[in-house]
Amino acid sequence: MSNLAALPIIIPLISGILLIFLHNRMTVVRILAKVLTLGNLAVVAYIAYYIYQNGTITLEAGGWQAPYGIVLVADMLSIILVLTTNLVAVAAVFYAPSSLSNKQEHFYFYTFYFLLITGVSGAFLTGDIFNLFVFYEVMLMASYALIVLGGGRIQLRESIKYVLINLFSSVLFVTTVAFLYSVVGTVNMAQLAERVGEVEQKGILTTIAILFFFVFAIKAALFPLYYWLPNSYVAPNPVVSALFGALLTKVGIYSILRVFTLIFIYDPNLQQFFIWIAGLTMLFGVIGALSTNNIKLVIAYNIIPAVGFMILGIGLFNQTAISGTVYYLVHDMIIKAALFLLVGAVAYLAGTTDLRKIKGFMHHYPVLGWLFLLATFVLAGIPPFSGFIGKLLLLQAGLASDRVIIVIIGLITSFLILLSLMRIFIQCFWGEKDNDAYTVDKQAARKFTLPVILLLFFSVVLGIGAEFFYPIAESIGKYLMNPEIYIDSVLKE
Amino acid sequence: MEIIMSILAGTLFGTGIYNLLQKQLLRIIIGTVLISNGAHLFILTMGELKRGQPPILREGVTDYVDPLPQALILTSIVISFGVTSLLLVLAYRASKENQTDNMDKMRGNEYE
Repeated sequence: MSNLAALPIIIPLISGILLIFLHNRMTVVRILAKVLTLGNLAVVAYIAYYIYQNGTITLEAGGWQAPYGIVLVADMLSIILVLTTNLVAVAAVFYAPSSLSNKQEHFYFYTFYFLLITGVSGAFLTGDIFNLFVFYEVMLMASYALIVLGGGRIQLRESIKYVLINLFSSVLFVTTVAFLYSVVGTVNMAQLAERVGEVEQKGILTTIAILFFFVFAIKAALFPLYYWLPNSYVAPNPVVSALFGALLTKVGIYSILRVFTLIFIYDPNLQQFFIWIAGLTMLFGVIGALSTNNIKLVIAYNIIPAVGFMILGIGLFNQTAISGTVYYLVHDMIIKAALFLLVGAVAYLAGTTDLRKIKGFMHHYPVLGWLFLLATFVLAGIPPFSGFIGKLLLLQAGLASDRVIIVIIGLITSFLILLSLMRIFIQCFWGEKDNDAYTVDKQAARKFTLPVILLLFFSVVLGIGAEFFYPIAESIGKYLMNPEIYIDSVLKE
Repeated sequence: MEIIMSILAGTLFGTGIYNLLQKQLLRIIIGTVLISNGAHLFILTMGELKRGQPPILREGVTDYVDPLPQALILTSIVISFGVTSLLLVLAYRASKENQTDNMDKMRGNEYE
């Protein structure tokens, strides 16, 4: 059964390649892409159920035993993130035909989309730190192609910066892996975790840990390394923005979560450092969101405070906080995708992204309006929605360890997040009917709303069904706090 | 030998970063090539350099070169080759569309 762990990587990879050959038959490609994505979701859901019942699956590629070969480790954390990834993917694939131009679809959108899913799933599932780098590159290569798809002036300009910053951090990643290899002589994460504890020179290891943090912080867009994110996430098509916003930064957060709960564990200085970074990330991100009138940019800036909340959990480093981070991670993946898709729909229907030029949308598109309000409440963390439960856990853990300042910053940030989104709601959806500014296209609006409803449905379920989901998050928190379980399941000693 | 290689890798990093901070697109790309080559040399050095030994462990062979860094480098070279070629095409198109190859003029401050 251990081969199951490879399926979430192999299915999208083969699907992506398959669709290249059919590229002259767009109707077939569209249907096939939907079927394959749904199929992949079903497979991943089955694997998740299997792991929930039977525990971690490890696959030793090519039959090479754990420290020598490359391993794929599908534990509860990885598979839940892969499941959420596929959920977002389903919404994106149903949204894509109405949002992309025929030309964009024709130039291999679906292929790159599947390769992106491959990279993201691979990064979640791998148990080898060099392999993590390789899957990062698979994911980034696909994202380079997606961000430039369509090739407008602004898009090209922003993608240059996006490629450069990611290229630089990748080179740094590879260098850091080389450093680590020279100190401990392995790249297998479980063995790394074992050996790092035995190394006597702690100084060099702290340097390596900081370098890793720097690399992942660039990818995850933490303060002060988030400057590349907002503009480059606004430039591409809304579907692509939704995929990026939901998946790419979260892979960075996942890497920090994995590396700093498994390999470089518990350094009080590092902990303090994480908490400060978290506070600054929240504040500066949300200030950015309030500073602009571009509705897409508001959502792009809103990625940053969310990332801050997750880092806060890793910094507090106790079971409640880590569970909170996991819960928040899943919640944020779903809701960010939904928000990007919603705002993309508004921008498409209104023909502009400037919120001062849009008004009275509620009269024409009531469903869209109510969905946006719901998404706002979910993101800002109004009870009983999922944002509230994630934040509650994190702030509870903060109060329990007497860090009042960070809790206050967290609360102010949540309030400002609500404000930044309410600005969009009040400006765009309220107000007088404005018949001259745009032509009303209810048909298109209906196509846009369906995927968003799917995402919001799961988001609401995640919040209202907390009774069911919280124990899972709690068990993952417990699992991450005890790295021996991971090491044992990989090395089987 | 390791010391010399480390200094060489460091020099490549230094010149690469200097070029990365220039305004002209092509120089920036050359900078990225230099730092990725620096990183590759660095990986090789990290696995300890032994001259004349094969990276194979067989019966009777006691002295061998660590094969893992070589495998890592190969992967890394392929990736950086791919990214560099993509970056060159991208830079060409971007400078055509924006009618400049100066990064100062590509800042994009229409939202400010």
